[in-house]
Amino acid sequence: MKQPAILLEELNISYGPTRIVHGVDLAIDEGESFALVGESGSGKTTILKAIAGLAPDWTGTISVLGRRRGHRPDRAFARDCQMVFQDPYGSLHPRKTVDDCLSEPLLVHGLKERDRRVKDALDAVGLDQRFRFRYPHQLSGGQRQRVAIARALMLTPKVMLLDEPTSALDVSVQAEILNLLKKLRREQGLTYMMVTHNLPVVSFLCDRLAVMRHGRIVEVADVSDLKSGTLEHSYSRELFIASGGEPAA
Amino acid sequence: MAVTYRDWLLDDSPSSRLQAGLGRSYRVSMALARNPLAVAGALIILTLILMAAFAPWIAPYSATGQDLTNRLMPPSAQHWMGTDELGRDIFSRIIHGSRITLMIVTMVALISAPIGLVVGAVSGYFGGSTDRIMMGLTDIFLSMPKLILALAFVAALGPGIENAIIAIAITAWPVYARIARAETMTFRDAEFIAAVQLQGASSTRIILRHVLPLCASSTIVRVTLDMAGIILTAAGLGFLGLGAQPPLPEWGAMISRGRNFILDQWWVATMPGFAIILVSLGFCFLGDGLRDVLDPKQENKQ
Repeated sequence: MKQPAILLEELNISYGPTRIVHGVDLAIDEGESFALVGESGSGKTTILKAIAGLAPDWTGTISVLGRRRGHRPDRAFARDCQMVFQDPYGSLHPRKTVDDCLSEPLLVHGLKERDRRVKDALDAVGLDQRFRFRYPHQLSGGQRQRVAIARALMLTPKVMLLDEPTSALDVSVQAEILNLLKKLRREQGLTYMMVTHNLPVVSFLCDRLAVMRHGRIVEVADVSDLKSGTLEHSYSRELFIASGGEPAA
Repeated sequence: MAVTYRDWLLDDSPSSRLQAGLGRSYRVSMALARNPLAVAGALIILTLILMAAFAPWIAPYSATGQDLTNRLMPPSAQHWMGTDELGRDIFSRIIHGSRITLMIVTMVALISAPIGLVVGAVSGYFGGSTDRIMMGLTDIFLSMPKLILALAFVAALGPGIENAIIAIAITAWPVYARIARAETMTFRDAEFIAAVQLQGASSTRIILRHVLPLCASSTIVRVTLDMAGIILTAAGLGFLGLGAQPPLPEWGAMISRGRNFILDQWWVATMPGFAIILVSLGFCFLGDGLRDVLDPKQENKQ
């Protein structure tokens, strides 16, 4: 049997005394693109953060590529799994050039051929080489998000956690970034776990989705069910109609 | 040629790390040059530095050579600022004294700013009990009056410039620690810090390479503004006889000697006092200008 890229078992996550996520079980196959959808505060971003090691207060099991995950970020994990954040304005260091930003993971892991790798990464995300020594404030939102994606790819991870990667961008730029993500996944065989509340994005980019509400998964469905409007749970249907979908008769 | 050089610096797509860094410094200095007060401050400090560097060539007389036949002469063409009670030329002494002032200021800044920055950044980054312990310690130092604490240290270590420098540095760092901590708290949960954590960088690396550069500009501003206070504290220690020892031409000590003749020979105490005010003012102006330029909130407008 193929081992799942991300496996969550009985996952409970808390911030201080408040429990945010209750008993989540989830298996995402390698090469799959999986979406977590739900309203704000339903705990979807928290799950991503726990997998990444940024929300350390959890119980249960998190395994990535068959390895049990610790509660904090660690170096070995960094090479398997990286994350792209929601806000491209907050996820780049304001005093570091694009070059510094992309070289940093290589320096941390002592990887050679930094110059070539940085150039390749810029090519991969469709940024011209002349952006290489610019500061973030000299870039547009879409360009910043491309840099953030390039940074996540520097360590050639297999699994990418995407936290609403397009929600802070203009509609036209959103499309570019989504196309880029689709292309990268095809070229590099990545597994995506994406958080979003935008259902059209899900049907464009993902194979399966899980609908979350109040920290619990209410339904796991195929994206074809989303497209045909045949989601089972009443809350999923509500979400579907709220985002402009026609209910199936 | 000058135009192309400027274009190269302001190029919005630099082709190397060096060009990007230089371009940024160039923009900062251009912004600084548009602020008249900052330019005045920078000129005063530049003069101080040149004075200190070329003291033996600028000063018309020796700083310590006595001439008892010419004691307490008023300002004249021979002695621009008059002479003191041992017939030493006050102008020459002030010029030589600039070396001492400059040394005190630089040493204090070099010792206290890094200590404050690191303590503040570590404390703000880790939070929790680390923060409580380190900030408790900082508060203890902060709650004691600067000059009194410096006095206590000098009393314990013995008078002299080196001890005065150590004493002032020990009293100066808590302010920088507070600033660095406050600054660190504002972005320690930011996503760009989370991103480096995810790359597996160690805490030391994150603090040194990602947190400190962001605290540095506000600390630089604060240090520059504090320079005036440092000079005054050093002068105060000198005035009390606990800083530089005679015959060193330290400005505070010179005022202290002039105190005995202040009613009849006003120039003996006034001239070094004037020098202290001018240099303090220079640092204040420059600090104010730097604050306008380096303030992160202003930066986006450039």
